Amino acid sequence: MTKDKEQMTKIKFATVWLAGCSGCHMSFLDMDEWLLELANYVDVVYSPIGCDLKEYPAGVDVCLVEGGVANQDNLELIHEVRAKTKTLISFGDCAVTANVPGMRNMLGGSEPVLKRGYLELGDVTPQLPNEPGIVPELLEQVLPIHELVSVDIFLPGCPPDAARIRATIEPLLKGEQPKMEGRAMIKFG
Amino acid sequence: MDLSELLKIGDREKKQQKSIRVHCCTSTGCQAANSLSVKNNLANAVQELGLSDRVEVVGVGCMGFCGRGPLVQIDPEDILYEVVTPEEAPSIIDALSGGVAKPIQGNSQHPFFARQMRIVRQHTGKVDPERIEEYIAVGGYQSLYKVLYEMTPAEVVSEISKSGLRGRGGGGYPTGLKWATVAKMPGDQKYVICNGDEGDPGAFMDRSVLESDPHLVLEGMVIAGYAVGANHGYIYVRAEYPLAIQRLQKAIQQAKKYGILGSQIFESPFDFKIDIRIGAGAFVCGEETALIQSIEGKRGNPVPRPPYPAESGLWKCPTLINNVETLANVATIIHQGADWYASIGTENSKGTKIFALTGKIRNNGLIEVPMGISLREIVEEMGGGVPDGEVKAVQTGGPSGGCIPASMLDIPVDYDSLSKIGSMMGSGGMVVMDRATSMVEVAQFYMQFCREESCGKCVPCRAGTVQLYSLLDKILNKQGTQADLEKLETLCHMVKKTSLCGLGISAPNPILSTLRYFPEEYQELIPAESLNGKVRHGSS
Amino acid sequence: MSVKTLTINNTPVAAEEGKTILEAAKEAGIHIPTLCFLEGVSTVAACRMCLVEIEGINKLLPACVTQVTEAIVVHTNTPKLQEYRRMVIELLFAEGNHVCSICVANGNCELQNLAIEVGMDHTRFPYRFPKRSVDVSHPQFGIDRNRCILCTRCVRVCGEIEGAHVWDVAQRGADAYIVSGLSQPWSEVEACTSCGKCVDACPTGAIFRKGTTTAEKQRDRAKLQFLVDAREKHEWTR
Repeated sequence: MTKDKEQMTKIKFATVWLAGCSGCHMSFLDMDEWLLELANYVDVVYSPIGCDLKEYPAGVDVCLVEGGVANQDNLELIHEVRAKTKTLISFGDCAVTANVPGMRNMLGGSEPVLKRGYLELGDVTPQLPNEPGIVPELLEQVLPIHELVSVDIFLPGCPPDAARIRATIEPLLKGEQPKMEGRAMIKFG
Repeated sequence: MDLSELLKIGDREKKQQKSIRVHCCTSTGCQAANSLSVKNNLANAVQELGLSDRVEVVGVGCMGFCGRGPLVQIDPEDILYEVVTPEEAPSIIDALSGGVAKPIQGNSQHPFFARQMRIVRQHTGKVDPERIEEYIAVGGYQSLYKVLYEMTPAEVVSEISKSGLRGRGGGGYPTGLKWATVAKMPGDQKYVICNGDEGDPGAFMDRSVLESDPHLVLEGMVIAGYAVGANHGYIYVRAEYPLAIQRLQKAIQQAKKYGILGSQIFESPFDFKIDIRIGAGAFVCGEETALIQSIEGKRGNPVPRPPYPAESGLWKCPTLINNVETLANVATIIHQGADWYASIGTENSKGTKIFALTGKIRNNGLIEVPMGISLREIVEEMGGGVPDGEVKAVQTGGPSGGCIPASMLDIPVDYDSLSKIGSMMGSGGMVVMDRATSMVEVAQFYMQFCREESCGKCVPCRAGTVQLYSLLDKILNKQGTQADLEKLETLCHMVKKTSLCGLGISAPNPILSTLRYFPEEYQELIPAESLNGKVRHGSS
Repeated sequence: MSVKTLTINNTPVAAEEGKTILEAAKEAGIHIPTLCFLEGVSTVAACRMCLVEIEGINKLLPACVTQVTEAIVVHTNTPKLQEYRRMVIELLFAEGNHVCSICVANGNCELQNLAIEVGMDHTRFPYRFPKRSVDVSHPQFGIDRNRCILCTRCVRVCGEIEGAHVWDVAQRGADAYIVSGLSQPWSEVEACTSCGKCVDACPTGAIFRKGTTTAEKQRDRAKLQFLVDAREKHEWTR
């Protein structure tokens, strides 16, 4: 009975990994023992580092989204995340600015990127990847997530350090909004 | 040369002129429609028919009805022929001795002409712009003589102030006040600049003045120089106006020859020389500080004002900078008097204004009208309205101006009324749009122009116009949201408030005025599903 | 020399005639953000960060070039100004390719600092991702135009302090870029004395010393001021 009650008050928490290096997730793990504290407050319902579920569930309270939107899979997932999440946090510079993955945008579209990567630099059997349904197609441009869906909190940094991540999440657990201002919270890079 | 000699030149010229003058337009517009061949064939026909003793063919400047060129007009009977081809041209001469003229005969009493009041364009279409003698014959340079011998510089300034003349380049700054400021500035070296860098899309008022009556502008400049104490003037003309440049060069040479330009003008102690500077294709060089940078040989970037050019302009000297049309009013004001000039127009907008009437309109071309005339009179009566359609809006002021909806056509055309409704007088572009025109596309057209013409110096104009353009693109592609519309307006205000020069400050006007008067056209482009949150593009 | 008294953010301030509002504010300890402004070289008022409100004047005026006048009432940090400043910074981030994480100036960048100051946690304007060039032909220095914000400090410092005029602006509008010599590779511009003042002047990581990597850019900004003082005030020691 008490256990059920406890679970009911826990918030549904997710993290999502789009086009990024996973450094933001590593930084998340840098919160070390505070993660144990966090576990008292949240149910991790979807996360590449926190659980094994493959489907993004409905009714998520808070979701950290790392990475820009680079391919068809990313695009579908971000719309699903937005539809099923109350507070969507754009997590790290790739999500907020497209950052390093976005540097391919300067080459102009997906085709020159693929040609460069798979043909010009292909050592053994140069060929373009083409497995519809298995290999997700690249989008023409890598975009920050707020250019596709609305975002509730922007948490920049490459990666945002553990203290910044904690300072963003902690108020949410108490039903408050974090103050995203000052060097400690919003410095890019 | 003194006054009697000047009058003598005029008299001699008048005597030489034949009793029938066949005026053929040789301005850029009609030249493009082959008017030079028309003129040749007319002249040959005069020879062949042996009419040389009483008929002469004169190449003249713009008659204004440019949409119906090449134009040929015959004095003293005031017969007008439109769309004259070289083949049909000889029949016009033939008609003078009883034959039948083949070209379409125009109606010189049409409201397009009859409603005009010509001060700046009083001689255009009547005199040969390449012969100073013709200008002198119609009274040219007498005003200059008058100021040099009968008026002090202060009296000239006060006459211009009293006339109520305001800058015709768009801003509408009181010309007399500007002259007074430069006149009162200390310093031995001052300059007068004539701004002929006309660049608004669809506008060609200044080109026509320079091509049709260059001496009128020169005379205005010399008078200005005398009034403010300058001895050197520059005419800055855009390179896209080769004919205007060529005619100005010729005019300057001829005036020098007669001692009307250069040292000791009319044997007075006053010296004034005029040089031409040619632009290199940047719209922003019409902005006065950028224009001055360009004359100095620098990159044509605007610099912050103050200091205004009147205090510190060309080579840091006090500089009077006036638009072509403004200067072209000066000689007539001196000749007819400030009171006469001030009796024309409205309380705060005196005199006349030239407009380039274009777009979806029956009669297009150049018109000079008294200030205060209603927009409806211009568009419906003079312009003849939209062929097979209705007026939706009139755009005035070019990329800096705004779109006036048809419901406001009764507005009087003057500086204050136009700016009150979010447009502006501007330099004189007037584009008529019909019901089929998309106002969002119009806004985008002007924004594209501003984006491409931004010099790139200040951030709001350089980067803001790019974002405004792409927002309009998104909206026109039906991918916009309500949030995008709000962002569009917010960014418009930001660019307007924070840009460095007039280009950026006024660049959002076409968007703001269409948002204000045609909001439904923007709303219609926003997909319905964006309202209930199915498509969520962007945040905040 | 006469003195003008004015009010900046409700603080009475006295400033010598001819001083700018920016100088007067600085003396009074009032911070006004700047970006294209650089002590020692001419002012261009291009970035619009230092725009201030003056009561009774309809236009916002750049503090870096507007001289103090008697009794003016200046506001430097109204909500409207804060919003415009944030938009300027957002426009700059969206306009270029500013990837802080891999930039030599990360942590030591005036653009990055201003983003923090104006509270920019993201830009509301779509990124443009322009194609821009990098020139690392010079043996000691490089220019990465992806990071350039066209403040023209390099142009001014090279022309006015070094007297070499290696840099200038080419093209216009969004296509404008910093050009070396007559659009030559930097290494081929004979006018360049390799003094490095452009590196010190550059507010971002656009002009850098070769061999520096992420977050390693250092600037000797005091050197520029020292040179100007040496020439103008004959102060020969640092």
